[in-house]
Amino acid sequence: MKLDSLIPAPLRKPAKPGEGSGSKGAAPGDLKTALPERPSDAQRLGDRAKEAPVDVLAWVDQRTAATGFLTGMLFRKVPKGTNWFYTLGSATLFAFIVQATTGVFLAMFYTPSTTQAYASISHINNDVFLGQFVHGMHKWGSSVMVILVFLHMGRTFFFGAYKYPRELNWVIGVVLLILTMTMAFTGYLLPFDQRSFWASVVGININGTGPIVGPYLSDFLRAGPELGATTLSRFYAIHMLLVPGAIIALIGAHLYLVVKLGTTAPPWLRAEKPKVAAPVSRLDAGVEGNGGEPAR
Amino acid sequence: MTRRRAFTIAAQGLGGVAGAAIVLPAVGFAVAPIFHRGKERWEAVGPVGDFVEDTYRQVVFTETEGIGDAGKTTAYVRKGSKQLGEDPKQIVAVSNRCAHLGCPVRFVEAAGNFICPCHGGVYDFQGKRIGGPPVRPLDHFQTRIRNGQVELGPRYSVTSQLEPVRARDPGEFTGGVWEYLYPPRPSTFPPPSG
Repeated sequence: MKLDSLIPAPLRKPAKPGEGSGSKGAAPGDLKTALPERPSDAQRLGDRAKEAPVDVLAWVDQRTAATGFLTGMLFRKVPKGTNWFYTLGSATLFAFIVQATTGVFLAMFYTPSTTQAYASISHINNDVFLGQFVHGMHKWGSSVMVILVFLHMGRTFFFGAYKYPRELNWVIGVVLLILTMTMAFTGYLLPFDQRSFWASVVGININGTGPIVGPYLSDFLRAGPELGATTLSRFYAIHMLLVPGAIIALIGAHLYLVVKLGTTAPPWLRAEKPKVAAPVSRLDAGVEGNGGEPAR
Repeated sequence: MTRRRAFTIAAQGLGGVAGAAIVLPAVGFAVAPIFHRGKERWEAVGPVGDFVEDTYRQVVFTETEGIGDAGKTTAYVRKGSKQLGEDPKQIVAVSNRCAHLGCPVRFVEAAGNFICPCHGGVYDFQGKRIGGPPVRPLDHFQTRIRNGQVELGPRYSVTSQLEPVRARDPGEFTGGVWEYLYPPRPSTFPPPSG
């Protein structure tokens, strides 16, 4: 069976203009000459079973009308020249999903207490089945995510994709960058070994060097004047509850704007000549024939 | 004002009150530690006779309770030196927390200096900065003598002239206008007078 027939009609990829099924509403030729053989009950049950996935999808679609949104999002037009650099955003999203998934499973074994945190991490690494692997994915994945965020940002910057009307999406992206760095910073303390302890001491003190608000900010991060028991649980809560929630919400807004506004063509592609000649009044005098681009 | 408008305003006002009743306590709960000062703590670190005036003795004591070794801190302790114009009856306790970003400094006896391993901060015998990135001298701890035992108390910071001020975090300047740009935190103890 062709996969296409499993998908309800509204979810199918729309036909390209000019392509049609051709025989719209026309009955097959043999119907006119011979009656079809009546199918057996088993055959009819089999056919019904084959329809089941379509029926389920159709049932959901009737009640959510999700297909319109999904076709619009999945089959949206992308400009000519779209290339591998445009996958950096999706790659970042994938890295985030990996972090979220592995983080949930690490949380099942981790204890955010100053006396037990290090022991629980050792337990994950040394005793739990595949524990070292999942912990490793989370640890190295965090660096991967930070690197991908910066590459994605660089792509957006160098392709000029932050310009009108996409400035707001750039701003959301910068907030997401800050939240990602917050995740990296708060996650670093959690193993509670010498390295994470002193790195967090230094990081909190850097926060404290901001004039006027700095001292209060570092007191807030530590939950007191010294790094203590509450600091670890505070970092843990920020790391696994506060910031991930904000990141998920902002990724939603970020993607909504990407779908709504579309992506940009790479800057090395010239604008296409308009198919219909622009009215003379819209062309600057003396620069006709420049490909319809406005004179600078 | 129409009836519809009055109801709209009332409903929105009630919603605002209900939202504030949830958000304000939660925010207050999260920021409360900024305004909380813990109990003043003193710990004996050895008899007075253990300490001399021309070199430091390293002691380890608990600064934050309840978190085991992570709550301990190191101080370098000596008697006041007449040569440096200090009161010989006073005990001087210098914190090993670097005033740059908080790494642990070490007293190097041969040089008579405190040296930080992280970014190369150097302090003289009294803890005044003489090189590297630190922004002020090393912190001190309050000291007192009880029953012949030296006791160390709350941390305080000093200006470049070694005048005591309330404890600041590493990286924050002290003295002059900096006392306003890095305001003293309510969670710290007042400095010793004099």
